[in-house]
Amino acid sequence: MDNFILTALASVLGIASIIGAYVAIHNSKLTVAIIATGIVSLVASVLFLLLAAPDVAMTEASIGSALTTAIFFFTLNKIRQ
Amino acid sequence: MGKKTLIVLLMVAMAAVLYPLYESYQGSEQLTELGQYYADNGVQDTGAANLVTSVVVTYRGLDTLGEVTILFLAASVISFFLSFKKEDRKESREIRNITEILTTASQVLIPMIYMLGVYIFVNGHLTPGGGFQGGAVIASGTLLMFLSNPDFKLSHKVIHYVESTSGVVFVLIGVLGIFMAGGFLDNRILGLGEVNTLFSAGAIPVIYTFLGLKVGTELSNVLGIFVESQNEQ
Repeated sequence: MDNFILTALASVLGIASIIGAYVAIHNSKLTVAIIATGIVSLVASVLFLLLAAPDVAMTEASIGSALTTAIFFFTLNKIRQ
Repeated sequence: MGKKTLIVLLMVAMAAVLYPLYESYQGSEQLTELGQYYADNGVQDTGAANLVTSVVVTYRGLDTLGEVTILFLAASVISFFLSFKKEDRKESREIRNITEILTTASQVLIPMIYMLGVYIFVNGHLTPGGGFQGGAVIASGTLLMFLSNPDFKLSHKVIHYVESTSGVVFVLIGVLGIFMAGGFLDNRILGLGEVNTLFSAGAIPVIYTFLGLKVGTELSNVLGIFVESQNEQ
């Protein structure tokens, strides 16, 4: 039963990350695309946690979803000037 | 032939190349020989309760040094290309009003985020995480500081000194290992202590503390450079 719940959770997260990646590629608004890549990283970090790799999850959550997203936004703002 | 057909053909070709890998994959119940060695002797050899840390810092310490070098190079390249002359700086950036929620929440959260980052790298030999993770958490605290306070500026001097000192100390501890213990980055230059206590695992907590400071200041510096470059015209 536990195994079933884990598999279901992992499938939902996997589908969410695929949807996020699709939005990131095909959305015409760049801000939406940047947030979508951040969501992909966040979902990936939860998946790493489920796969019993908490240290990788920490790195992914802080670098992948926080710092990278921020740097993308700074760069986007710079390009628009 | 259209572009789309080409893409589909390429994907089919990739699948055909990778399929034998999937077909021949068998999940193994046993560790490899090397992994078995780490699992059996890791705790006695290094005194670290967290086996990942003992592999990352001691057995494969040289690789960690390489990673730190790569991060340092990346930060240097960013500061080289985004640096600008001080007289060109124009404070003409229009800053949107920052909401009350963000300023109040950041006052509560920033100290806690920094504390978490320090906790992660100080306890790297006991709990999951270590220098890189703690440094990244510290840098995300700095990011929140930049977002909640537009006048906030990093002191490049402090950052520069903390970063260089940490890097030098990391290498020096590694070199000390050659003379006082088994080899480069051997953690047995300090007593191993009792497993599962804070002051254990020899030099690992010291190395991770400096590694955390180095990674934290480096990533904060990169963020600071990006924020400063927003003012430039």
